[in-house]
Amino acid sequence: MTRIVWFSFILICSQAFFISVTAQKSNLKKVTFIPQWSPQAQFAGYYVAYEKGIYEKYGIDLNIIRGGPDSPSTDYLKNGKSDIATMFLSTAITEKAKGVDLINIAQIVQRSALMLVTKKSNMINDPKDMDGKKVSLWGPEFQLQARALFKKYDVNPKIIPQTHSINLFLRDGVDVASAMWYNEYHTIINHGVNPDELTTFFFHDYNLNFPEDGIYIVKENLGKDPTLSCAFVKASIEGWEYAFDHPDEAIDIVIKYMREANIPANRVHQKWMLERMEDLIIPDGEKTRIGELNVVDFNRVTTELYHAGLIEETLKLGDFSMNCN
Amino acid sequence: MFNNSGIAFKLSLSILSTTAIIFIIILGYNYQISRKLILNNVRENSKNLAFNAVNRIETILKSFEKIPENLAYFLKYSDYTKSELTNLIRTVVENNSEIFGSTIAFEPYAFDKNSEYFAPYFYKDNGDIKFTYLGGDTYRYFHWDWYQIPKELDKPQWSEPYYDEGGGNIIMSTYSVPFYKNIEGKKKFMGIVTADISLDWLEKIVSSIEISKTGYGFLISKNGTFVTHPDSDLIMNETLFSLAEAREDQELREIGRRMISRESDFVPLNGIISNKKFLMFFAPLSTSGWSVGVLFPQDELMSDITRLNRNVFLIGIAGLLILLILIILISGSITKPLRILVGATNAIAGGNLDVELPMSKSNDEVGKLTNSFLYMEQSLKKYIKELTETTAAKERIESELNVAREIQMSILPKTFPPFPDRNEFEIFAAIEPAKEVGGDFYDFFFTDKEHLFFCIGDVSGKGVPAALFMAVTKTLIKAKTTSDISPDEVLTRVNKELCIDNETAMFVTIFCGILNTRTGGVSYSNGGHNPPYLFSKNNGIKVLDGSRGMALGILDEASYTTGSVTLNAGDGIFLYTDGVTEAMDIHAKMYTDENLHLFLEKQKAINPEETILKTLIELKNFSSGTAQADDITIMSIKYLS
Repeated sequence: MTRIVWFSFILICSQAFFISVTAQKSNLKKVTFIPQWSPQAQFAGYYVAYEKGIYEKYGIDLNIIRGGPDSPSTDYLKNGKSDIATMFLSTAITEKAKGVDLINIAQIVQRSALMLVTKKSNMINDPKDMDGKKVSLWGPEFQLQARALFKKYDVNPKIIPQTHSINLFLRDGVDVASAMWYNEYHTIINHGVNPDELTTFFFHDYNLNFPEDGIYIVKENLGKDPTLSCAFVKASIEGWEYAFDHPDEAIDIVIKYMREANIPANRVHQKWMLERMEDLIIPDGEKTRIGELNVVDFNRVTTELYHAGLIEETLKLGDFSMNCN
Repeated sequence: MFNNSGIAFKLSLSILSTTAIIFIIILGYNYQISRKLILNNVRENSKNLAFNAVNRIETILKSFEKIPENLAYFLKYSDYTKSELTNLIRTVVENNSEIFGSTIAFEPYAFDKNSEYFAPYFYKDNGDIKFTYLGGDTYRYFHWDWYQIPKELDKPQWSEPYYDEGGGNIIMSTYSVPFYKNIEGKKKFMGIVTADISLDWLEKIVSSIEISKTGYGFLISKNGTFVTHPDSDLIMNETLFSLAEAREDQELREIGRRMISRESDFVPLNGIISNKKFLMFFAPLSTSGWSVGVLFPQDELMSDITRLNRNVFLIGIAGLLILLILIILISGSITKPLRILVGATNAIAGGNLDVELPMSKSNDEVGKLTNSFLYMEQSLKKYIKELTETTAAKERIESELNVAREIQMSILPKTFPPFPDRNEFEIFAAIEPAKEVGGDFYDFFFTDKEHLFFCIGDVSGKGVPAALFMAVTKTLIKAKTTSDISPDEVLTRVNKELCIDNETAMFVTIFCGILNTRTGGVSYSNGGHNPPYLFSKNNGIKVLDGSRGMALGILDEASYTTGSVTLNAGDGIFLYTDGVTEAMDIHAKMYTDENLHLFLEKQKAINPEETILKTLIELKNFSSGTAQADDITIMSIKYLS
């Protein structure tokens, strides 16, 4: 309950970590990295690349800062506490529009894992049925697709803030909940609801595919060293490929980090998450396209953000991303 | 398969196997019934134990729930200052050992119009009571489960277990009670009163409940998450469903779904973490919506049945062993005299009739059998003695008969050609004696220089009398035949002699003739005999005609006639007895006159020796080794010039 102590805790931990590893890595370039959430298989590629020495192979002495709800990666990147961060494409575009000089150096998650889920007993079989229903949504950047969907179907549900758990939905406090396919959806299944008792709405099925996790740097910081930035991207992609090829080992690594963070660590859940990440990162099975930011997806996200009033003018892909391939 | 095995073995095998089958059936039945009975007992006991556990946990949780509920009630009807409120919370945490921490969290700006957050929180930390205000930009408590869920559901809620970072660093669960104020007659939601329970503490309570020797209990939340479990790694990290998924155990998932649906039942279960077999009783807690599972190790529950059945099994095996020994002893004593008898009868079969048979002591079947063998042995001895005597007597008679036969045969002329200096004719004769002594004969001799007398005969009956009668007849013929006598006269004279004192009523058939070796003329007379065949170079073969008189020895008045025929050079006569035409084959069918006729017709010319030998071969082929009842006698004469 007392999460305010979290921040100092993180600092102490990361500092200690940092000091211990610097001695032997003098000829490598020091880089800090923060994922946008707590350790889980969503970031397996980075942890695996780190544990398997792939970053070192690419000349990087990496320090991974533990992400989490109280440590927004955007803030860490903005104020220079981290050189590299992951974030959602929509978040990054919004930040860029606000004047933060972000550069997308790789778009890792190609397909939107975000979805709405409802129990069949609620008799919601179509977005049209959501009118007047209680729908719980996460923070603003997670609401874009849902709001676009409601607009498209001209429905007006009652929005309830959704935070860290799916329990409100499980206890029927809301009719529809937000879920990530790789996370909350499986949590629901593992809390005793059968898949055939659920109705799912994947945004990518409604032409609202928002690519999610991407790797970002700030122009005036690491933007000055594109070679190092791209080395990080290549090492990370190699980490992801290793994780997909060695799922058990990858999950062991992820669980190790979760236990260190005192986060409920459940092996089958992480296995599910890693499998879904593969579906999301390589949706069409083409490995060569890993990390590429698709212009159609980019334009869709900027357009929706613009329509939602979250950005005042649309961006050009060229100003936003740097292709490491 | 067991045909060569002894009675003792067969008996033991059949009795033992039958007994073993009966034993197994009884054991199986006993197992089923006792298992059912004990299982029912176990079910009742487990149910009681589990209900006791449920009740104890329920009591503890209920008293725990009362505290925030009372606080909420107080807040609804009382006015309070900030210090009163904080003191109240401090007192609650201080005075209730089971409460780890407590807060009263208000809605935004509900307590203080200038403050979005107001939630004074007291919690225990290593025995001290610590204080903090919850809420802030990094901790928007309105959106956390412990606040949001009871608010949205408008009723008290237990939270899922979670790890409290920074505070006590423990796993806890929070009981949250919404509280209200009546403002202008309307019930207005004001905030949430909470009390935190340490799950370590709850686990101690649960594990202190005695559930058989190695059984244990656990609690799961509404979501199936482990709230307490002896394996603390499971708490908060795992749900029954994630375990089911990891173990690919659909049944466990179903049990989990029934548990969170507030059902209760008694089900078999492979341990939740180990693979040990358990019987689990589960029941819901009415307070928290959690569910209690109580696991009883199956081997412990079944130890009574296992022990009972092991004992029954051991007693059964011992019984079977004793039975085996008894059967071997009894069957051995039954079959011992039998085995001795077998040895004795083998000796008897081998010819030793003096072997000693065991004396039967009992009067049972074996005793009777021994007596029968004894009687058989004595009878055999007696029989063999008699047989030896009879055989000796028979051998003596047979040797006498043989002598008689040899004498009989010796009186017939056997040397051929009998008259090497005479070349006007050829003569040959043969006799195949039957097994029994018969009465066939033939003879030939010259009555003077020119005339050859020849005859063939057959005495009725068999044996020594026939042989003697034949000898008499032959002698009489020789004696009565003088030169210049006609054949009918020979027969008449011989008949007269034979009829004298012929009390045995024997008779003889005779064909006799006289060949004039100069002219080839033959005069002949027939006394009841088969007429001979005449081979004529010009006219072929035919039966020699002439009246057939009565057999000799029957009527002394009988008269005979003489016929005559002239033989040209190369013509001949073929004489035979009825042993030829009545020769038998293996089917007791006779050779017959027709066959003889046909056979002789096939011969181109008569050559006495050759023709007779051919005829004998023909008869041998016909009879194919069958013993003949009658002598076979053939004589043949061929006139040359």
